[in-house]
Amino acid sequence: MQFAFSEDQHWLKSSARRFCEENAVLGQLRPNIPAAYSLSIWEQMSQELGWTGLIVPETYGGAGLGFVELAALQEEMGRYLLPSPFFSTVCLGTNALLTAANEEQKATYLPRIAAGELRVAVAYVDGDSPHSTDSPVTMKALREGEHYSLTGKKRYVLDGLTAQLLIVAAKASDTERIEFFVVPEDASGVTRTQRATMDPTRCLADLEFESVKVPVSQKLDGSKHPDQVFQAVIDSAAVALAAEQVGGAERCLEMAVAYAKERHQFGQPIGAFQAIKHKCADMLLQLESARSAAYYAAWAASHAPDELSSMAALSKVYCSEAYFECAAENIQIHGGIGFTWEHEAHFYFKRAQSDELFLGTPAMHRERIAQELGL
Amino acid sequence: MDLKFTAEEEAFREEVRSWLEENLAGEFALLRGRGGPGDEHVLYEERRAWERHLGAAGWIGIGWPKEYGGKDLDLTKQVIFNEEYARANAPGRMSHIGEHLLAPTLIAFGTEEQRTRFLPGIRDATELWCQGYSEPNAGSDLAGVQTKAILEDGQWSITGQKIWTSLAHWSDWCFVLCRSDQESRRHKGLSYLLVPMQQDGIDIRPIMQMTGTSEFSEVFFDNAKTDEKNIVGRPGDGWKVALGTLAFERGASTLGQQLSFQNELDAIVEMAKKNGAAKRPEIRKRIVDAVIGLKIMRFNALRMLTNIEKAELSREALIMKLFWATWHRDMGKLAMDVLGPESQLAEENAELTALQRLFLFTRSDTIYAGSNEIQKNIIAERGLDLPRVKTVLK
Repeated sequence: MQFAFSEDQHWLKSSARRFCEENAVLGQLRPNIPAAYSLSIWEQMSQELGWTGLIVPETYGGAGLGFVELAALQEEMGRYLLPSPFFSTVCLGTNALLTAANEEQKATYLPRIAAGELRVAVAYVDGDSPHSTDSPVTMKALREGEHYSLTGKKRYVLDGLTAQLLIVAAKASDTERIEFFVVPEDASGVTRTQRATMDPTRCLADLEFESVKVPVSQKLDGSKHPDQVFQAVIDSAAVALAAEQVGGAERCLEMAVAYAKERHQFGQPIGAFQAIKHKCADMLLQLESARSAAYYAAWAASHAPDELSSMAALSKVYCSEAYFECAAENIQIHGGIGFTWEHEAHFYFKRAQSDELFLGTPAMHRERIAQELGL
Repeated sequence: MDLKFTAEEEAFREEVRSWLEENLAGEFALLRGRGGPGDEHVLYEERRAWERHLGAAGWIGIGWPKEYGGKDLDLTKQVIFNEEYARANAPGRMSHIGEHLLAPTLIAFGTEEQRTRFLPGIRDATELWCQGYSEPNAGSDLAGVQTKAILEDGQWSITGQKIWTSLAHWSDWCFVLCRSDQESRRHKGLSYLLVPMQQDGIDIRPIMQMTGTSEFSEVFFDNAKTDEKNIVGRPGDGWKVALGTLAFERGASTLGQQLSFQNELDAIVEMAKKNGAAKRPEIRKRIVDAVIGLKIMRFNALRMLTNIEKAELSREALIMKLFWATWHRDMGKLAMDVLGPESQLAEENAELTALQRLFLFTRSDTIYAGSNEIQKNIIAERGLDLPRVKTVLK
């Protein structure tokens, strides 16, 4: 029983922290304009540090590491809200390929991702209903001979504008299952529209597909459990997101505590007042509990796959709400300064809110747990 | 990161499990699920016999060094024992205060003579212990202890009042925090004394709680006596020794406690499915949150076990009491809300139902052993280094 990072994992995490801190850009962001990531920073992350190959098996040119290492990186990126297409490429794209692709497909794409040559986006949210991020995929992929034809609209696609490869979830007319289809950057019939976002650290796009032809060979079909592929991809991404939420929540607590020690009112630091201390204690309880959940989920994703589904749901609920609480209380503890654009608190607050919606809301994941309990 | 138990640990788990299965039978079968908080008043003789049976089989003091009659088992195995004990629904312990609080204190701070004298009685469950810390004017603020101890003619003479003493009326001995230097204030000048309970100078008055039952008592000391040598540490070391004891309160028993919680929660979930409450959105959400909370408590505890050897208290250890107490209290309320109108009715013999006892007794969880408010101060001060609450001296 060793519920802690190993020395190597710890080293990876601290080097990631240094890198993210040096390259953090929150001060440069403008209202509602999604952060453009720096290509040179992305090249360092993917090519020099090898992060895009972290969970790619060695046979495909990666480091062959697992979710615990991925969680370590995610936590540090979440801590500094470093803009990059890492989540879309690795946590969603690579995971979709690892979960669903056949050998040939893996051999085609994974080495290029590991080498930092391919940025991926996964499009899986359909429709316009207020609950669309929780709703099942409805987009159809019509089988026409050796092709599928994709028509429809995908919403809230993370890094959908800049990705060089799109992986699109749609219901195949022949298998009647939700399948993933690989759509190359230059496919005709795809219209991409970048959206302005309240959270400028997330780049979301709308994608329109108008009779987009995808060869049958580009349907990901390597899984032995094709019925479970879609949920498994979302679940493994949710586990990676939980670590990011822990990193963000921790940064919020640190900001709040530092301010509570330095800000004086009524002749003493506000952190001497129990009203503030108790808020900070509640934040610490939520943060450390979120950390336990996120780390356990990461371990399970690599070493106890039977637990992935329930741990993804649990950590998505708990870590989402813990992050939101910490981000909200950080603003409250800062008082007026916490309400300004100049202070970083609002970036975390907005990110906590967009993370909560991303990959299924807590309400949706709670319902999954309820059904698992037979309620 | 490796969150699996080893094959050897799993084999030990199997050994404990089958021993409990074989032994919680016959005369002891009726003890399953009895005793413990809210049910502490029942089946004294039978549980006493069970404690002696446990001791004779070597299951008390399994973590103590072999020279003191223990098995020298590591923390993980102690945890496994506690988990299996709770899983088997074995009865609430009576000798745990001696085993888990006093014994580690004697091993850390006591003399060889004290260990030889007291540890066998704890191990065999022939001598039961209680803890004399809280006083009417020293609750959350333990350094306000006023009970006096005066050394004269080779004996300590103790006068004062302790309160909230668990199982005092069954105990043979009490470890008492008292003020041995009458000029001293706060945490200086305190001593940690071992005092026999069966004597004229001690008067025990049970406190009837909101449950209608009594597991706590007031203990009055009126020139109660104990031998000069029954002091742990030196005169004036009482604060250090008492805090050492409090530190032993956490650790091995945490995961066992969580399995008892799991048994309680499982019963509530079954009831909610049966009576349809589980279909109501608000109840449904609260049940799921209780399930999530309990799992997270387990993950926190596993992390704590990994870090327990470190000198400083880890963050996940700091939050443990606040988390479980609040969670358990909320579950007590959930039980009533799942039951609905039926929750108003007691048993026909006018006893409370198990769930009613749970509902009422969990109100004390967020008060004893450091109230939630004190826990938050401790978390903020020790975990986050925020300024300390100032003590105002009269």
